[in-house]
Amino acid sequence: MIYIVLIPLLLACFIPFISKFKDKIHTGIFVFIIPFTIFLYFIRFIGNEFTPIHQTYKWIPSLDINFNFYLDGLSLLFALLISGIGALVVLYSIYYLDNSERLGHFYVYLIMFMAAMLGVVLSDNIFVLYTFWELTSISSFLLIGYWHFNERSRYGAMKSMLITIFGGLSMFGGFILLSVITGTTSIQAMIAQTDIILESKYLPLILGFILLGAFTKSAQFPFHIWLPDAMEAPTPVSAYLHSATMVKAGLFLVARFSPIFSGYEWFFIIVSIAGIVTLCWGSYMAVRQTDLKAILAFSTISQLGMIMAMLGFGTKIAVFAAVFHILNHATFKGSLFMVAGIVDHETGTRDIRKLGGLLTFMPMTATLALFGTFSMAGVPLPFLNGFYSKELFFDSAIHLTEGVSDLAGFLVQVIPYLAVLGSIFTFVYSLYFFFGVFRGKKQLNQLPKKPHEAPFGMLISPIVLVLGVILIGLFPNLVNGTFIAHAAESVYGSEVVKKLKFWHGIDSTAFQMSLVVVGIGTVLVSTRKKWNGVYKLLPGKLSFNKAYDWLISMLDVYSNRITRSYMTGSIRFYFAAILATTLVVTFTIMFMTNGFTIQFNELAEVTIVEIAVVLLMIAAAIGTIFTKHNVAAILTVGVVGYGVAILFVIYRAPDLALTQLVIETVSVALFLLCFYHLPKLEKSNESLSTKTINIIISIGFGTLLTLIAIASHSTNSFNKISDYFIETSHSLGGGDNVVNVILVDMRGLDTLFEIAVLGIAALAIYSMINLRNNKEEK
Amino acid sequence: MTELQSITETILEIVTKVCVVGISISLLLLLYRIIDGPTNADRAVALDAIGINLMGLAALVAIIISTTMLNDVILLIGILLFIGTIAIAKYLEKGVIIDRNLD
Repeated sequence: MIYIVLIPLLLACFIPFISKFKDKIHTGIFVFIIPFTIFLYFIRFIGNEFTPIHQTYKWIPSLDINFNFYLDGLSLLFALLISGIGALVVLYSIYYLDNSERLGHFYVYLIMFMAAMLGVVLSDNIFVLYTFWELTSISSFLLIGYWHFNERSRYGAMKSMLITIFGGLSMFGGFILLSVITGTTSIQAMIAQTDIILESKYLPLILGFILLGAFTKSAQFPFHIWLPDAMEAPTPVSAYLHSATMVKAGLFLVARFSPIFSGYEWFFIIVSIAGIVTLCWGSYMAVRQTDLKAILAFSTISQLGMIMAMLGFGTKIAVFAAVFHILNHATFKGSLFMVAGIVDHETGTRDIRKLGGLLTFMPMTATLALFGTFSMAGVPLPFLNGFYSKELFFDSAIHLTEGVSDLAGFLVQVIPYLAVLGSIFTFVYSLYFFFGVFRGKKQLNQLPKKPHEAPFGMLISPIVLVLGVILIGLFPNLVNGTFIAHAAESVYGSEVVKKLKFWHGIDSTAFQMSLVVVGIGTVLVSTRKKWNGVYKLLPGKLSFNKAYDWLISMLDVYSNRITRSYMTGSIRFYFAAILATTLVVTFTIMFMTNGFTIQFNELAEVTIVEIAVVLLMIAAAIGTIFTKHNVAAILTVGVVGYGVAILFVIYRAPDLALTQLVIETVSVALFLLCFYHLPKLEKSNESLSTKTINIIISIGFGTLLTLIAIASHSTNSFNKISDYFIETSHSLGGGDNVVNVILVDMRGLDTLFEIAVLGIAALAIYSMINLRNNKEEK
Repeated sequence: MTELQSITETILEIVTKVCVVGISISLLLLLYRIIDGPTNADRAVALDAIGINLMGLAALVAIIISTTMLNDVILLIGILLFIGTIAIAKYLEKGVIIDRNLD
């Protein structure tokens, strides 16, 4: 099974070469073979006697990350959708995309996406699933931004990227928690350990993280905002990614994990609320749109919400209906997007206000749209699959048996009404879509092109999909027993209903609800212009897009402001910050670990010479700080250096004293050498508070170092190594000057690199001076 | 003989201490001259004198810890002082220490 996922990725590498011949033969014709073969591969598994298949290929066995493929009913449903609709979309794109487009790019992204999506639905290993999940986000980003010269495309691609990656990362967090708790990376093994997960105290966190991932990917309220902006992508992409496959990845995730979480009450509450709210909001907003694809985008949002809600209900019938509707939605929504693409292609506009009365020009397209929209609306006709799933949706909304806590109980009461409300608006926008485009008065003068029927090749894919709508509508049991029931089974955990009846009887509540929807919907759609003003009240000026834009711009502004507040460009400030941080951290750690031990029992006697030299150095150091004269400052620094040399003399270190004297003289001479270029010492014009802070930091730092020195002297608990050097200096090193023997014999390597340092410094000074001269000459 | 030696040592100790105190006072006064000194020439002379005082101090230390190892130090201070004073003097005179164009 690994080949099914990886071979498309491999073949994608060759697409750019094929696309070289795009002028002679359209690249899509070659690409079509890939999804079609995959479709044929998967269609073999359909049947009553299907059992899940498990295959493992090693990837990173040491981390327990392997290509663990698991094909059960749910994966099979998604794999068939991905490959089947993928094939149809490629076919459609052959006629939709012109030779002048960058076809190589398009098909590489598309095949990459398809392989990633297959990986998502087939993976049993959570980390592999996450890998493919991010690959779908990236390829979706590339596809949305396909026309990258278009500013709106870039905006939409960026937005979808930010939102879905945000969700993907939080999902990754949930996955890590899950794998830590259960000790496995396989989803099936986790389902076997459901008890452990449900008892874990991290359960709310895991659920929240994973649901965040699912909600962002599946465009649930309030993360739905990226989907309408993703409509800037070419229409085949919208049809494929943003109606049939990618946006269902979140649903797949929820369905995949629902055997684990369905025992947890909050799963029902969160997922149902999110789904129902998305259903109502999406369908309500869809009526407001004027762009065909925007209508379909909001419609997708609302339908996804409906499926999500049913997955949240978690009852036997609801799960079955959810899985069934995944299939149904993919068929009719895919065909509707293609219809929208055809209308756009043949008239030059997608604005529903300019369109109208196209029925006579495009009879085939209109027929396809009729089936698609009526199925979407759930009109009670026996050859439309949308009606079945809507009926089942109502049925499951009524027969909710949960309700342990107050909130869940309240939800059970409210959900049926919200379901009807959402469905009414679904009905309204479906009919608005169809009648707005194909009926009404003709406005030919407003259209950029003279409308005419699409070429037949473009119609093949929507025809196949609409045939699917009708076939499922006429013979629902044909797909149910062999196919859908397996999928529902793997979500619900045990066997589900396999027989579907079209007719529940006139007295069934669900059917009455459908009639209510049709009745009120018809009234609303015929009086749409009269109540259109309601959109000025809700959402009115409020919109999640504005919130998103505001958030992004504020993020920019405030992070800029924060960075500017500490990246001042002043080296004094940085230095103060470094010292203050060191001071605070070191003091805290020393106090916490009781590091400041102060003992005076091993001290040598203080002689008068030491006191004299130290007094001199203190006087010189203070003088350096307070003097206002350049030469005086340099010379007092020199005095401090000579004082150090005398201290070396007192402590019996003649070699150090010699070096110190020479170095001090050279540095004083260097100071004088560049004295001309040094700035005049002036009274510092810093504010009092800065001065105070500087004083506090410097005194604090001095105190700190003093304390550390005393502490390190007080805790001198190890034997010194110096005895060894003194003993062996003559016998091993052949010298009596111990310091020099250490420098060149015992620890000669240090000396070598000190020499290297001096050499580098000399070279650097030479090159700095010379380069400056060169520049001046030029 | 031992008595004479101990008396000499006592005298030596007292003398060195007195000398150290004297040099210290002299150093502090010279330091004051460096910091305050109205002209740079005052400062140069003061630094020169400080160096000579330090030579004395080093010699006193050598006497106190009775070693000959510090003789190098004393000589070196002498040389460096000479070089340093000339450098400062040249700086005060010409504004630069090393002439670039010798012709």
